[in-house]
Amino acid sequence: MRLAAAARLWGPPGLLLTFALHPALCLRPGRTAAPPHRDYCVLGAGPAGLQMAYFLQRAGRDYAVFERAPRPGSFFARYPRHRRLISINKRHTGKANAEFNLRHDWNSLLSHDPQLLFRHYSRAYFPDAGDMVRYLGDFADRLRLRVLYNTTIAHVTLDKDRQAWNGHYFILTDQTGQAHRCSVLLVATGLWVPNQVDFPGSEHVEGYESVSVDPRDFEGQNVLILGRGNSAFETAENILGVTNFIHMLSRSRVRLSWATHYVGDLRAINNGLLDTYQLKSLDGLLESDLTDLAVVKDHEGKFRITLKFFLEESNQSADAITLPQDDNDNFAMRVAYDRVIRCLGWKFDFSIFNKSLRLSSSGEFSKKYPLVKASYESKGSRGLFVLGTASHSVDYRKSAGGFIHGFRYTVRAVHRLLEHRHHRVPWPSTEHPISQLTNSIVRRVNEASGLYQMFSVLADIILLKENATAFEYLEEFPMQMLAQLETITGRKAQHGLFVINMEYGRNFSGPDKDVFFYDRSVGHTEDAWQSNFLHPVIYYYRHLPTEQEVRFRPADWALPRPTAIHHIVEDFLTDWTAPVGHILPLRRFLENCLDTDLRSFYAESCFLFALTHQKLPPFCQQGYLRMQGLMGTESLRRHGIESGLLRDYATVGRPREDGGQRPVGSSPAPGLPVQPLDGNKEEL
Amino acid sequence: MMSSSFNIFRVGISFVIMCIFYKSAVDSLSELSPQKYFSTLQPGKASLAYFCQADSPRTSIFLEELNEAVTPLQDYGISVAKVNCVKEETSRYCGKEKDLMKAYLFRGNILLREFPTDVLFDVNAIVAHVLFALLFNEVKYITTLEDLQNIENALKGKANIAFAYVRAIGTPEHRAVMEAAFVYGTTYQFVLTTETALLESIGNEDIENAHLYFFHCKQVLDLTLQCRRTLMEQPLTTLNIHQFIKTMEAPLLTEVTEDPQQVSTIHLQLGLPLVFIVSQQATYEADRRTAEWVAWRLLGKAGVLLLLRDSLEVDIPQHANVVFRRAEEGVPAEFLVLDDIDSLISHVESNVHVEEIQEDEDEDTKSPNMDVQDDEVAETVYRDRKRPLPLELTVELTEETFNTTVVASDSIVLFYAGWQAVSMAFLQSYIDLAIKLKGTSTMLLTRVNCADWSDLCTKQNVTEFPVVKMYKEGKNPVSYAGMLGTEDLLKFIQLSRISCPVNITSVQEAEEYLSGELYKDLISYSSVSVLGLFSPNMTTAKEDFTEAGNYLKGYVITGIYSEEDVLILSDKYAATLPALLLSRHKEGKIESIPLANSHAQDIIQIITNALLETFPEITVENLPIYLRLQKPLLILFSDGSINPQYKKAILMLVKEKHLDSLTPCWLNLKNTPVGRGILQSYFDTMPPLPLLVVVNLHSGGQVFAFPSDQPITEQNLLLWLKKLEAGLENHITILPAQEWKPPLPAYDFLSMMDAAASQHPTRKDPECTKETDVQENDKKQHEDKSAIIKEPIETLRIKHWNRSNWFKEGEKSFRHDNKEL
Repeated sequence: MRLAAAARLWGPPGLLLTFALHPALCLRPGRTAAPPHRDYCVLGAGPAGLQMAYFLQRAGRDYAVFERAPRPGSFFARYPRHRRLISINKRHTGKANAEFNLRHDWNSLLSHDPQLLFRHYSRAYFPDAGDMVRYLGDFADRLRLRVLYNTTIAHVTLDKDRQAWNGHYFILTDQTGQAHRCSVLLVATGLWVPNQVDFPGSEHVEGYESVSVDPRDFEGQNVLILGRGNSAFETAENILGVTNFIHMLSRSRVRLSWATHYVGDLRAINNGLLDTYQLKSLDGLLESDLTDLAVVKDHEGKFRITLKFFLEESNQSADAITLPQDDNDNFAMRVAYDRVIRCLGWKFDFSIFNKSLRLSSSGEFSKKYPLVKASYESKGSRGLFVLGTASHSVDYRKSAGGFIHGFRYTVRAVHRLLEHRHHRVPWPSTEHPISQLTNSIVRRVNEASGLYQMFSVLADIILLKENATAFEYLEEFPMQMLAQLETITGRKAQHGLFVINMEYGRNFSGPDKDVFFYDRSVGHTEDAWQSNFLHPVIYYYRHLPTEQEVRFRPADWALPRPTAIHHIVEDFLTDWTAPVGHILPLRRFLENCLDTDLRSFYAESCFLFALTHQKLPPFCQQGYLRMQGLMGTESLRRHGIESGLLRDYATVGRPREDGGQRPVGSSPAPGLPVQPLDGNKEEL
Repeated sequence: MMSSSFNIFRVGISFVIMCIFYKSAVDSLSELSPQKYFSTLQPGKASLAYFCQADSPRTSIFLEELNEAVTPLQDYGISVAKVNCVKEETSRYCGKEKDLMKAYLFRGNILLREFPTDVLFDVNAIVAHVLFALLFNEVKYITTLEDLQNIENALKGKANIAFAYVRAIGTPEHRAVMEAAFVYGTTYQFVLTTETALLESIGNEDIENAHLYFFHCKQVLDLTLQCRRTLMEQPLTTLNIHQFIKTMEAPLLTEVTEDPQQVSTIHLQLGLPLVFIVSQQATYEADRRTAEWVAWRLLGKAGVLLLLRDSLEVDIPQHANVVFRRAEEGVPAEFLVLDDIDSLISHVESNVHVEEIQEDEDEDTKSPNMDVQDDEVAETVYRDRKRPLPLELTVELTEETFNTTVVASDSIVLFYAGWQAVSMAFLQSYIDLAIKLKGTSTMLLTRVNCADWSDLCTKQNVTEFPVVKMYKEGKNPVSYAGMLGTEDLLKFIQLSRISCPVNITSVQEAEEYLSGELYKDLISYSSVSVLGLFSPNMTTAKEDFTEAGNYLKGYVITGIYSEEDVLILSDKYAATLPALLLSRHKEGKIESIPLANSHAQDIIQIITNALLETFPEITVENLPIYLRLQKPLLILFSDGSINPQYKKAILMLVKEKHLDSLTPCWLNLKNTPVGRGILQSYFDTMPPLPLLVVVNLHSGGQVFAFPSDQPITEQNLLLWLKKLEAGLENHITILPAQEWKPPLPAYDFLSMMDAAASQHPTRKDPECTKETDVQENDKKQHEDKSAIIKEPIETLRIKHWNRSNWFKEGEKSFRHDNKEL
């Protein structure tokens, strides 16, 4: 019954699928009460869940999304409390390239429908969270994604079965006790459990999730905010003008996102309090470990800050408790506060997952994030993938994997992995002749959004074919999984490979770094390796690195030490198409890796080479010899002759003043056949 | 020195790093308090001290350069120190203001000179100025010709003069002169000027470069005579000056009686050749005068010796009057017969391989410049970038307009990328085509810039550039696969106007079709018209032919006739149905080919082969088709149209099947001027035309030339080909079989990163702190991470100023603000 009811919600495609499934279920003997089965179950209809649903739907897979709320994006229905998203909605870039424009659109999900771009939902640069809720609703509806709303999965457990794809099924039990059996479980529940710090008096503390957002409630108050993230500053920003003062307390120093290049750190849009603090207003920032603190309520109902240590030795009577200022009369937090607000972020909800899934362990992020590999698959259970914000342990404080503009690409990477693992669809790739190598890279580094947003996490891979006459181009592969590339993608990497990544300068980003130092930008191609701003970096490997090499790579390196490396010099406009500044050094790098000549030639030059050499450069082989030579025009020819790269053959052999001899000692290009006639070498 | 080395990173970096390491480990700038400094001064010893405030910037360009100058100055016995002015110990040398700090040169504790730091702008300037001050007596600075003449007169019969012109004080050339003066200053009088007028007045116009003259005054006894002058031709570097002076010191002419192969002089050691003037008793006097004359002319370029033939034990060729011996070991001496001195001089000068002994400063010019574009397409497109193209002649399509446009009208679409040189070069041809077709074609010429409409291109399956597709009548688009040029694309568009194959409906129409009347305007694009003849019931054969016709659309005209009266045609042209009729319009011939059991692929092959001519004129456009035959080419190079007799001879040989193993063709140098380039590579100099060669491209690469003294006749050719086949002919050249390697190296960023990583711990940064002992100082720097990290970056930055790439610097100033994340 439930299944039928659910089917109606799904709309027509779901209905068909249900009928198709039904006989399959009936065929299983002995298990009459077998729970409904799906190949893919997605937990949560937030941005990551919907994004995965979109890819599964496009691939025609059997899937369902479980969502406890009646509509998608319930987190955004409540958060951020002050409703302003800090993800940019840049509607204009001056460019038409849709892929490029996604670099500056941090809210849209990926789809084929140009109407489903966030700029159609909000005109604000920092949009309202309500627009996000509306957008996600539209995304699910327009694309007819199969979401089971009002379905709360209360428990997830494993059912071992050797026939299952991963050796076990995931059994999901919803609030009515109905079980759902899934081959693959995709957890996209986000982080929604507020972080709390346990200290004496923490019951007096209000949480970000419930604190009033009406500034009038804070008129003339002394406010202490615990936390130093965007939610803390967002809260402070809202009441900055009406309070007596705001003090902010947290364990570590403030991390400004423009210094760390990490969007999860404090964004300038929220940092009004920093301004007033540094301009000697009454507001201020303090550093201390929250777990040492205690809050006591005095007889006036105000809150006093003291230390847990004092509390333990006193007799608990509120007014008799030792306060730090008793010993140390200039203690910073000696004033009484009217409110203490906790804004400490969120963590993953581990409670619904059975221990056997081994989602958490005693690792670094064990309390905040579930434990996943760089492929986003759980370390504890094969077939369980964590998507979206909850998967951010992979690139926490590094890249954008915890945010829509980053995880929309990691979700796609997970989907590509699944397509190969379970449906033998190899990782999508395009194959090109080697003469197109430079072009392929230039195109991607200039427009690819996935590389740009998920810098140093997702990278493009170029797999060379035998003898390096052709190559395959794979987009947005999780680069930490490089050693497992062949099994994950189903492509062969026998003849060497390039990895195209985007990177910031090694020592540029950091909470204490001066990112505005003079001479921070690099303009010379030979200094490209010292580029500080995000720029493309190309790694060349003769052989696929092993797992060991990836794991024990040098510190600060995104990948193991390559055979050769190339940096394309940083560019103010992120436009890496300058012929001499960007493309030429890249070509030289590729040429030297492959030990070949990747220049392009006009048909006339190829004609000359064809009759004066036994071998031709790749461009002539792959173009001219296949009747696709580049003829050129008269005006280009003239430029060629002026530049000395082409020769005016009409004058060859006619008596010339210098007797037609090349000057002694002019050295031909290394490795090139020494022929006085090659127009291409004239300039050397 | 470091700066330029960085430019040739590949080889230079390790060296540079070693230098840095060496310097910082061995000679670093000592830091002292004023009191301590003055206590270290030794009588008679020179010392350069830079006084600076303790709180002045920790690093500065000057300090870095000063640090670099420590080693070279120490070579001259000059110590260098940085004196930290601290409050407790003031000194009168400590300036009041930070900006006015100066460097002082002491000898003993006597102040010789003070230098504002801006005078000592780099290591060259520091060394040059210090030596200049110390060698005040040895080096005379002059400003007028009169000064020079006075010195010259004063030294006649006494000493020789080294006269140098440098563009400015403190330049690397000035330093080189001063360093030479330090060594030779007591032997020769050094004279220095920076006056261009003075240089010009002694007859040298090249004021851009530094010059050094050697004035041979010592042997001038007659005071009215001028001293002979020898101009040094190499650039002014310390080593070159040293070499030059050494040759000036060597005897002008030496008489020898040994085997020229055994003689050794200073010249050989300096890498200069030896010239032996062969003399005999009878002509000794004259020979000696000649030899002296030659010696003066070759002074500094070669050593000149007089070889006395009569007393020589080894044989030298009878007629030889000059023996030339290169400096390189193992190169045998050359015996020459030269008629006059000039030819001797020019022979020596053209053969002198002057081993450029260059110091690091000059390596910039030696290393190939990797930043110079060597891609002809990229360079030509770049040079042409400012010429506006009449792009409006083609319709620019976007994601929004693409589908409606290609559905609404028959369109050619060029997919290109604005940043990609090859597609931009082709765009020019495309625009030329649009100009040609303006107003005449029903085909809409459109273009899509894939740099803007990336998704659209991907959807149209375009992932490389450029790509041309034809969208017609809502059918699947046809990709153009021909040459990327105006003519070939025009041909494709014109031939695509008719359906392929064309359905012919009557015998009369078929005759018109075959005669070329039916598509008069098209036969210039397709030299052959193909007509398939089928009985109405031959359905499969017709389908196959239609498929083949579709495939060849745009490249050749095909038609199909399968009416009941098809026998009229098959009888007339002696064809057995199903058959092909090939009408070659140029030759006015129609031939028939049976088609029984031929599949589409076979038919395509038959037609493609039929398009090949027996003796084509080879061009840039058609060579690839003939190369596919994989046979050696028999090419007749002709300057203009081919002589009909030659053509006849070759066609006769073809007819008699003597040329089956070759692809005979001819090349018209008027139409295909690049043929001259080919001939030059075969023969070095242009041979007389016409000329017949066989090029064995596919196996071995040998090139054989038909003897130019024989007339090209059937018999001669046949004989020659027979000899060729029998292996009796010698090839004139073999085409190189090398692979195409990278034209230039790439930046080795990996090594640079390694070098930087290993550089940090050893790198010292000069700073103004209170006097500390060296160990403590070191430790402090290790702790101060940020300074260590920033240091190498700044080092490199500063170096770039030296390269005086002013436009790049200008560009850089716009870069100071960079973007948000």
